[in-house]
Amino acid sequence: MKKFDKERLLLGIAAPVLAIVVAFLVTALVLAATGKEPFSAFGIMFDYGVKSDSQVYILNKATTYYLAGLAVAVGFRMNLFNIGVDGQYRLAAFFAAAVGGALTLPGALQIPLIILTAMIVGAMWAGIAGVLKVTRGVSEVVSTIMLNAIATAIIGYLLQQGRLGHLDEAGTKISTTPLPESSHFFEFPTTPTPVWGFIVVAVVAGIAYWFTLSRTRFGFDLRTVGQSGSAAEASGVNVKKMVVTSMLISGAVAGLVGMPTLLNDSYEYSGDFPIGIGFTGIAIALLGRNHPIGIALGALLWGFLERGTGKLEFEGYDKEIVGVIQGVIVLCVVIAYEVVRRYGLKRQQSKVGAELAAQAARNSDQQEVSA
Amino acid sequence: MTATATSTPPPAAPKVSGGKGGRTRLSFPVVLLIVAGALLALSAVRAITGAQDVTSAGQISAALAMAVPIGLAGLGGLWAERAGVVNIGLEGMMILGTFFGAWAGWQTSPWLGVLAGIIGGMLGGLLHAVATVTFGVDHIISGIAINILALGFTTYFAKLWFNTGEAAAKGGSPKQSPPADDITSVTIPGLSDWLHSIEKHHWFFVSDVAGVIGGLVTNVSLLTVLAVILFVVTFFVLWKTSFGLRLRSCGENPIAAESLGVNVYRYKYIAVIISGGMAGLGGAFLSLVTSHIYNEGQTGGRGYIGLAAMIFGNWRPGGLAMGAGLFGFADALQLRNGGESVHALLLLLVVVLAVLAAWKLYRKSFVQGAVSAVIAAAVLVWYLATDTVPTEFVSATPYIVTLLVLSLSAQRLRMPKADGMRYRKGQGK
Repeated sequence: MKKFDKERLLLGIAAPVLAIVVAFLVTALVLAATGKEPFSAFGIMFDYGVKSDSQVYILNKATTYYLAGLAVAVGFRMNLFNIGVDGQYRLAAFFAAAVGGALTLPGALQIPLIILTAMIVGAMWAGIAGVLKVTRGVSEVVSTIMLNAIATAIIGYLLQQGRLGHLDEAGTKISTTPLPESSHFFEFPTTPTPVWGFIVVAVVAGIAYWFTLSRTRFGFDLRTVGQSGSAAEASGVNVKKMVVTSMLISGAVAGLVGMPTLLNDSYEYSGDFPIGIGFTGIAIALLGRNHPIGIALGALLWGFLERGTGKLEFEGYDKEIVGVIQGVIVLCVVIAYEVVRRYGLKRQQSKVGAELAAQAARNSDQQEVSA
Repeated sequence: MTATATSTPPPAAPKVSGGKGGRTRLSFPVVLLIVAGALLALSAVRAITGAQDVTSAGQISAALAMAVPIGLAGLGGLWAERAGVVNIGLEGMMILGTFFGAWAGWQTSPWLGVLAGIIGGMLGGLLHAVATVTFGVDHIISGIAINILALGFTTYFAKLWFNTGEAAAKGGSPKQSPPADDITSVTIPGLSDWLHSIEKHHWFFVSDVAGVIGGLVTNVSLLTVLAVILFVVTFFVLWKTSFGLRLRSCGENPIAAESLGVNVYRYKYIAVIISGGMAGLGGAFLSLVTSHIYNEGQTGGRGYIGLAAMIFGNWRPGGLAMGAGLFGFADALQLRNGGESVHALLLLLVVVLAVLAAWKLYRKSFVQGAVSAVIAAAVLVWYLATDTVPTEFVSATPYIVTLLVLSLSAQRLRMPKADGMRYRKGQGK
């Protein structure tokens, strides 16, 4: 049984809260310095962010962000920096859209097929980085960044008429062939706009992530490798295999990132498919400390910030302030976690020290008595 | 005191991997031979395929211009990593450089812009140093955070500063700045015309040499000259002064450095701030020399490529310069009717892979040899079956080259021993 440490939990929550408070202060300073009134801006953001249509928007955005955060977190838990989630999800969504557009099967067959395609493509793209790391010693940080750019080139090449591209009727937009009606994912009929059904998949993925990492042998090995490769090796874990496997898993989850948009919203892959979500995923995984619930909160916060600042544009502010807020939050969060970690370590050490001293004192007392 | 005995023991002193055990260091004549060999290969490719642009002065000049920002970013990475701090925030610092460079550049003179770009990058470096050195945040995480922050910050202020009043009247918009004045470019009079006339004859090798040298002496921006000087200065400072020795000792074994009285924190701070300044200068080069304006997304991942160039160069300035040149060349192909040139270079790739395959088979590593041979055959088929390479793949060339080169060379590289590791004052006691 793990002993429940109230103070430790408090410290864990204190860090992100502190970071968010600091981030809002810095943002207020930036706004004030540029001659805009900061606090009414936050008021506007908050008022607008809790409206019902905003809630739907935030949930839908968060679904995508949550999956991206999970994909990154799988790597982070074993000290692998999968910067390539960005390329993996775009390439995966592109090929999944192409496969989905080419087939007309019943939905029960076609939707799993599309999702599977995405996961396989994502896993393979990430697997390249994993294999290069274990066989050739190439840092996954650099290789995944290069693979991101190569993915962009591949999509640019294939998304053309006569290849996998398809010109719409107006003749202005090239996309993959739109998915047939049968492969549209279900939606929750909320008003005014529906909540995407893919949120269910995201929740399942979150539970699977939690279960695998904290309740299975594999998850234990993975975390061990993350904390000390040599210790894991000594206890019989095949570290190279773990690196490739977790890259594959990370890539497969990354493959899911584009799916909410593809199956619930756009139904095709075109030039305006959302980009850069892989990097958002990194920020969110950092924010949520690789914990499934933490990542969910981070994803919701990101969705809220984007929704709220979108409204600011109509109130005489610039919506680009969202980048400043998010950037400051990420930087503050990583620093705050480290400060809290050090404080916790110190606390633990002094506690152990005090206990040892007390024990020593007791022992010497006993000796005196027996003497 | 028994309590201190529980703290982590200091890592063992790093083994010296010099001599015959490691890779023998390239001496200057060997480097010249390699350059000559590469040039010979290129002229052979040009002569066989007729892709005249491969070694033309224009191509080389463009390659040089593209190599400078990559090289400066790599130089930034070199300073930081030699002091033991991995700096993946180079990209963000470059973005700050492009932004502040253009911001000061259009209002005053471009040279003040350069200064502002350097300062902007240094601020990014300072932030990275605070996070990694003082607070001990993981270096890669802090770097990513800085990239996100720099992007958010510049996007916001670009809209605020470039889209209002005088700036907007002079051509600014939310995503780009008004143009700044030129930074003087120099051409060596007489020499470049003469070289150009030789180049036009398309003689084997001679014209290629003329093209390359011509490209290096025609229309060279003063900022490029400055960048070259910075390479030399970096080498001198880091390897020939006691300051440099101390700085590098912080990257190899900070605990030993500390025991010798080096203030490790201070050296790391200095190194990371200089690193940011170099990246900022690289950014300023992009916004003041390459295009005269700030453009959103202008860096296009060059900070990361700079990092790759530095790794390729084995954490040394000379190797880094070669890496930057290679990436610059690949980048320049994309600008100039690249399809044909890249297609011609496929032939070179076939030869290189075939030689590699033969060497691996000779050394009895059959799997690697077979893989290389198969890839060589595939590329050869591709070469013979097509006339040009699609533009999308031309733009991907630098990245593919990076991957290829790193996967061929990464195992022979040696990074600073304590690179990327957390260090706290007094941890070795």
